[in-house]
Amino acid sequence: MKQIFALWMARNREYYRDKGSLFWSFIATPLIVIILALAFSSESQKIFHAGVLSIAPTAVDASKLIPTISSGIFSNEPTIEVIAYTDFENAISKVRLHELDIFVDPGEARRYWVNPESEKGLLLEKLMLADKSQSANLQILWQRQEIKGQKIRYIDWVIPGILAMNIMFSGLWGIGYVIVRYRKNGVLKRLQATPLSAWKFLVSQALSRLFIMLAVTTIVFISCDLFIDFMMIGSYLLLLIIAITGNLAIISMSLLMAARTSSEDLANGMLNLISFPMLLLSELWFSLDGAPQWLQEFSQILPLTHLVKASRSVMLEGANFYDIAPQLAILGLMTVIFITLAGVLFRWDQD
Amino acid sequence: MTAILEVFNLTKSFRSLRAVDDVSFAIPKGSCCGLLGPNGAGKTTTIEIIENIKQATSGKILYKGKLRDSQFSSETGIQFQTTALMDYLKTREVLKLFSKLYRHTQSIDDLIEICQLEEFLETYATKLSGGQRQRLLLAIALVNDPEILFLDEPTTGLDPQARRNFWTLIRNIKKRGKTVLLTTHYMEEAELLCDQLVIMDQGKVIADGSPSALLKKNFNHSYVCLDREDFNNAHDSSHINCISSPIEIREDCIAIPTNDVEKTLSELISKNITLQSLQVRKPSLDDLFLKLTGHHLRE
Repeated sequence: MKQIFALWMARNREYYRDKGSLFWSFIATPLIVIILALAFSSESQKIFHAGVLSIAPTAVDASKLIPTISSGIFSNEPTIEVIAYTDFENAISKVRLHELDIFVDPGEARRYWVNPESEKGLLLEKLMLADKSQSANLQILWQRQEIKGQKIRYIDWVIPGILAMNIMFSGLWGIGYVIVRYRKNGVLKRLQATPLSAWKFLVSQALSRLFIMLAVTTIVFISCDLFIDFMMIGSYLLLLIIAITGNLAIISMSLLMAARTSSEDLANGMLNLISFPMLLLSELWFSLDGAPQWLQEFSQILPLTHLVKASRSVMLEGANFYDIAPQLAILGLMTVIFITLAGVLFRWDQD
Repeated sequence: MTAILEVFNLTKSFRSLRAVDDVSFAIPKGSCCGLLGPNGAGKTTTIEIIENIKQATSGKILYKGKLRDSQFSSETGIQFQTTALMDYLKTREVLKLFSKLYRHTQSIDDLIEICQLEEFLETYATKLSGGQRQRLLLAIALVNDPEILFLDEPTTGLDPQARRNFWTLIRNIKKRGKTVLLTTHYMEEAELLCDQLVIMDQGKVIADGSPSALLKKNFNHSYVCLDREDFNNAHDSSHINCISSPIEIREDCIAIPTNDVEKTLSELISKNITLQSLQVRKPSLDDLFLKLTGHHLRE
């Protein structure tokens, strides 16, 4: 324990005395948030999102499932994106949060759900019901269902993603890249000559990065909230648990990447290879609802997907522990697998 | 004297290259043993295998008569040829960090005094001069009050003054009864510090023993040395053949091995050879190395 604490402290000192790290952690991330807030505050996006309940487990060409609608406004209007949903509860939740403007069940019941507080939803409803291609009595067949919920701005939706992105970059480069540098310049070799075990070294580095990132994320979270007043309706304790679990998964992944290599260029390439798919496919910036099924399935193997999903559920939907338990379990499992492999494969020296 | 460390038939191969080839030697407790050899002789590979940093291809190493176990890393101090320290840590913080990695340690204040670290305790380790840095690395190697100290070319790259200061530190450490295994290609360093020498070339041990014993075994004469210019300036160009002793033409001088210095000097004077650069000296380790391998230690 004494050894772990000593290395933990040394790594923390390295971090807070490095002005570059501090700038990136405390200035750059809030800056991204502010830029995004300003960029999207004008609600300049004009695309409607219409959801359709689908029995088939595919999102491909959903409009063909409902010829009545697709032959009218939804298929011919380029500003409307039609997304098929097999998960009814998920779609309803999205209507409540204004992420989906309207949700249609084209089955026997002929129902649709709209949020009366959503201007885009009401407009889309009018367009659908006024469609000239549909007969007058067909309109009567539709049953209107109202779902109310507070509107989520894009910035509210994207904040969990940005915080997770910060955790990802800091976790990957702040630990993996540092270990590769330690190996290359001989710091690890010097530590190898002491009674310190590889496990203790890895644990000390992971704990140091976890501590730093929790501190940084908390400060960034509070400062962004003061500036933007983003939505947070869930439990702060749950959010902390998610942050710890997600951090550990990312850190473990980084430790695994850094287990053997001593080339900083190779490490950089590997980190980019890991981080870019997560950056694009973990629903940080946009939803994958309309994406091909295989892409959605691929995103499930990325730890950031589960980190973002769980934190978004807590922040925007007020999810409880049981709601996010699957994500926590997946992140925990990933941590165990990655850190075990990292410990087994770890090498002090470059030979 | 009991051997604290015994090395048997150590071999290390890197693909087709045999970097260490059947090396065997033993180090008595409390002595200073020097692994002497030119660059590429296999010294660093040998010492790093002994330190347990590298794995041998074959061979056996005994510490206190037993195979090395966890006790070994607790009781050894190591100074590598090149070591980076963590960024943004001050000298005192580096010492504290390493002292926390061992169960048994000596006091930080003692280390500061032994290694003369007072003047740069609050300086970042990455900002130290070469000599200061080597003293800090020596202090790190001593932090666990080791029984045996491994020093891999500790004075390479230091200026002459810093080198001499470092030698004084090593001598003080020797006085405290520590066993030292030192690699070097500085003949003067080996002569000054080592009780025992293991001379290596091309991965093999070519001689092993105390410096005086090795010299005594291989030489029974002194050297009369003159600058090459003194010979070239002589009027009689046939003088070289007229000297009764065989002469050795070296890069920096003409060396004449002789059992009778007076007679050799008389011959030189009789041939009108200038004696302004004259040196009469005993054979050195470099002479020994030249005799055993055909090339100089620093080549």
